[in-house]
Amino acid sequence: MAADVDALVERLLTGNRRALSRTLTQIEADTPAGRQALSLLHPRSGRAHTVGLTGSAGSGKSTLVGALARELRRRGRTLGIVAIDPTSPFSHGALLGDRIRMQELTSDRDVFLRSMATRGNLGGLAPMTAGVVTALDAFGKDVVLVETVGAGQDEVEVAAMADTTVVVLTPGSGDDVQAMKAGIMEIADVLVVNKSDLPNADLLARQLASIVDAAHSERRTPIIRTASALNEGIEELVEALDEHRAYISTPQVQEAHRRSQARHQVLALARQRLLDRVVAAHREDGRLDELVADVAARRLDPHTAAEALIRE
Amino acid sequence: MPDDKIRVLIAKPGLDGHDRGAKVVARALRDAGMEVIYTGIRQTPEMIAEAALQEDVDVVGLSILSGAHMELFPRVISALREREIAPDEVLLFAGGIIPDADIPQLKEIGFRAIFGPGTSTEDVISFVREWAGARPDGKA
Ligand SMILES: Nc1nc2c(ncn2[C@@H]2O[C@H](COP(=O)(O)OP(=O)(O)OP(=O)(O)O)[C@@H](O)[C@H]2O)c(=O)[nH]1
Ligand SMILES: [Mg+2]
Repeated sequence: MAADVDALVERLLTGNRRALSRTLTQIEADTPAGRQALSLLHPRSGRAHTVGLTGSAGSGKSTLVGALARELRRRGRTLGIVAIDPTSPFSHGALLGDRIRMQELTSDRDVFLRSMATRGNLGGLAPMTAGVVTALDAFGKDVVLVETVGAGQDEVEVAAMADTTVVVLTPGSGDDVQAMKAGIMEIADVLVVNKSDLPNADLLARQLASIVDAAHSERRTPIIRTASALNEGIEELVEALDEHRAYISTPQVQEAHRRSQARHQVLALARQRLLDRVVAAHREDGRLDELVADVAARRLDPHTAAEALIRE
Repeated sequence: MPDDKIRVLIAKPGLDGHDRGAKVVARALRDAGMEVIYTGIRQTPEMIAEAALQEDVDVVGLSILSGAHMELFPRVISALREREIAPDEVLLFAGGIIPDADIPQLKEIGFRAIFGPGTSTEDVISFVREWAGARPDGKA
């Protein structure tokens, strides 16, 4: 297997797209081959600008990614796109329809679009996605765009791992400003008011501006108004992304930014591995079920049970 | 997580704009636990092959009603080959309106099943599952 992976990675690095695609499958499934590939690819990555986009369901993220991708291609940049959609908790299947919104891009050889499902892996979505992004980066893509629905902590974390995190909001959806207050704000490097052709876009932009002003951060988070379906505001968005990239590339910021990204990634992986190990061991020997039953019957408290799970 | 996910591409080549059947199959396979990439209508053979390449799918299902299958399907196969995907590496099937007389030739070029308009989605699901279970890498 080791030699196979070496050969696969070798082909990936010479620009073979089938090899890239196969590698992504291994990384996504977190196989030994995928991990080995990553160990070879990690040193070759770090050149791409990675951009995470998140926002509520239906906020126009895919349409925005499509518009953004066209503009980036117009500027001659090569692209990787990772579109993540939820796996159904009932059937464990997923319907991935992002290619529909990116039709013209799908025959452009300098765009590599990969659809992924969340697959319900225990906290593993973010580190797994980071691996997929690493491969696209090492392959040589200039920009890698990652789209996730900002539904849960896990999905938000995926976007937060990118160099530049874009939070997409829409007017009139009400819950958006709530979400901002609930902390999604902290991860945003760029705020987008999408569907700004709809009423109340001004109102939302003003509300966001007052939140941004109140934050008094070192770098003021820009608020960009777009109408992705009408291709409006896209150049401004590209400029905001470039501005943020330039900001994190300044000597004062770069080192801290890279370290914080690396720290996130290492801790997320360690957390996942530890959890997997504990759960796998005690699922097999039935101990997990026992402890769960004890807690449910109030014979044991959850803290003691969790402690027991780790210790035993 | 295990790499046991069957990934399926459902695509509609050609110019007809009716994708109800394709969507029904896509949803049924999703409900059967598979990851289904749906491309939408009016796909060229190149777009379909590109999607198969980029998404690294195990299965490609084509839906066609326009009658252009004898022209388009061989082009899909050659577009796949151009991308180093041999017809025996993916499970190819088709559905829609395809005359019986055309079936032998389509099987000849690599399509493993042709489902007519009356096919139940259960049949498609079990066909895909059976094939996936028989693969050398045992993904099922
Ligand atoms: N009015 C208006 N509608 C838009 C705009 N951009 C997208 N939409 C519409 O919003 C709907 C959702 O668009 P998507 O791009 O699929 O949104 P999404 O956020 O990717 O959706 P999920 O991935 O399902 O969460 C579609 O019907 C789009 O046509 C816009 O700028 N203005
Ligand atoms: Mg989307």
